[in-house]
Amino acid sequence: MKDKQLICIMCPVGCHLTINEDLVVDGNKCPRGKVYATEEMICPKRILTTTVKTDSKDFPRLSVKTNKPIEKTLLFEALEKLNHITVKKNVKIGDVIVKHILNTDVDIIATKSLVRE
Amino acid sequence: MKQSYDITIIGAGAAGLSAALEAYDDTLDILIIEREKNFGGILNQCIHNGFGLHVFKEELTGPEYAQKLIDLVMEKQIDYLLDTTVLNISKDEVFSIKATNITSGEFIIESKSVILTTGCYERARGHVDIPGDRPKGIMTAGSAQRYLNIDGYLVGKKVFILGSGDIGLIMARRMTLEGATVLGVAELMPYSNGLTRNIVQCLNDFDIPLYLSHTIKEVVGKEKLEKVIIQQVDENRQFIENTEKTFEVDTLLLSIGLIPDVKLFESLSIDTDPLTKSALVNQKLETSVKGLYACGNALHVHDLVDDVTIESRKAGKYAKAYVINQKDIDKKQVPIRFDHHIRYVVPQVVDYHLIDEPFDVLFRATQKHDVLKLVIKQGDQVIRKKTLKYVVPAEMQKVQIKPEDLINDLPIEIMVEEV
Repeated sequence: MKDKQLICIMCPVGCHLTINEDLVVDGNKCPRGKVYATEEMICPKRILTTTVKTDSKDFPRLSVKTNKPIEKTLLFEALEKLNHITVKKNVKIGDVIVKHILNTDVDIIATKSLVRE
Repeated sequence: MKQSYDITIIGAGAAGLSAALEAYDDTLDILIIEREKNFGGILNQCIHNGFGLHVFKEELTGPEYAQKLIDLVMEKQIDYLLDTTVLNISKDEVFSIKATNITSGEFIIESKSVILTTGCYERARGHVDIPGDRPKGIMTAGSAQRYLNIDGYLVGKKVFILGSGDIGLIMARRMTLEGATVLGVAELMPYSNGLTRNIVQCLNDFDIPLYLSHTIKEVVGKEKLEKVIIQQVDENRQFIENTEKTFEVDTLLLSIGLIPDVKLFESLSIDTDPLTKSALVNQKLETSVKGLYACGNALHVHDLVDDVTIESRKAGKYAKAYVINQKDIDKKQVPIRFDHHIRYVVPQVVDYHLIDEPFDVLFRATQKHDVLKLVIKQGDQVIRKKTLKYVVPAEMQKVQIKPEDLINDLPIEIMVEEV
């Protein structure tokens, strides 16, 4: 296996990383680059951001995200699950909308407050 | 609500809220005016994450970033008017701001200082030449983002994107996740105009092709968009024969650039910069009209909201100092000069009578450089050198100038050493 070239996406600096088969990382300006490159080799994960339906006329969509990165291969399955949800109560930023989505240890949380009169 | 304020901030997006927080002082009366019904500006529809790493030291979505600022503004009980549009601004002794809303009709607010934080707008089809039919199904990426994230409508199922600006890239991912097929992104330039991390996360992750040095040859569609034909261009932007590619799509999103929204400047006679298409400012972010400040995307288009906050805090701080001190200092404004490697700089001028602390000169390169060696001079003398790595036009750069760097009254010149 050859060295793999990656561009780190942990922050806007975008370090150009090289990782070899022994998982030795080069080119990172901070420790997060090493974590990123290693994970991209083993099990790539992403923060998922999307919206779910609400029953509010003024705010028909509530923006949500995963509280931690979820496996890349589960993105579409998670979205399919979220398509069937309607939020019918007031929520605060950070409230859990779906706990342990797809039986992972990842929760879907609100990124906006939804307050109705 | 009073009729007269010390500082009035026009716009309650990231820039306006950040400026207000920094301008806050319990001896000053501050007002924020916002034309939308909510605080937060464009952050409300930017539901993706990646905001706040510099300012809040955590990775936030747009709405979360906005809420942090909103909570702080509420805590300080700063006056505000939502759903209120400013019609024009004039200046005599103080500024006179004519605004309107549904409860009061037209009214005037007087203010000693004004900070313009009105953001930017997207270039649309009318700003560029896109040959072909004019069917429905063509819109800016930001409009599609609003329809999807705020209103809950997916504008199409088969999508092509013109321009590799960040909003276009973000929408390529977002529409893919919502079930649309994004067939490709065409970029006229030989490099991407978006942030690297967006190319990686939004295109590469979903195998969406990016066609560099390509643009639209023809748009086809009677009522609805039927197909777009793209073609490769050479270094002189001339079409190269036999390189056409046809995509059958129902939606064409445009992500072809942003322009500062400075319509409110029109009623003031203000010096402008044709490169940024906004006001010309000094290192205190003050325009040529005394007491009028501009910051955020209304001053020049930023890549990161964190940079908007950092810049707007400065505008807030300097507007506050202006109102508190109100000293009449003669201006000694000298332009910052730069060579053809640099597209624009902000600030455009330095006021040598106001040099009391370090200031940043922000700029964009005209092309890609693996290593960019900057030489900063005053006359024949080199006052600073700085080497930057992985410089691309899409990512803003900065160089700090300290008071002790300046050795005379000659203009600062930023030159690039050929490597």
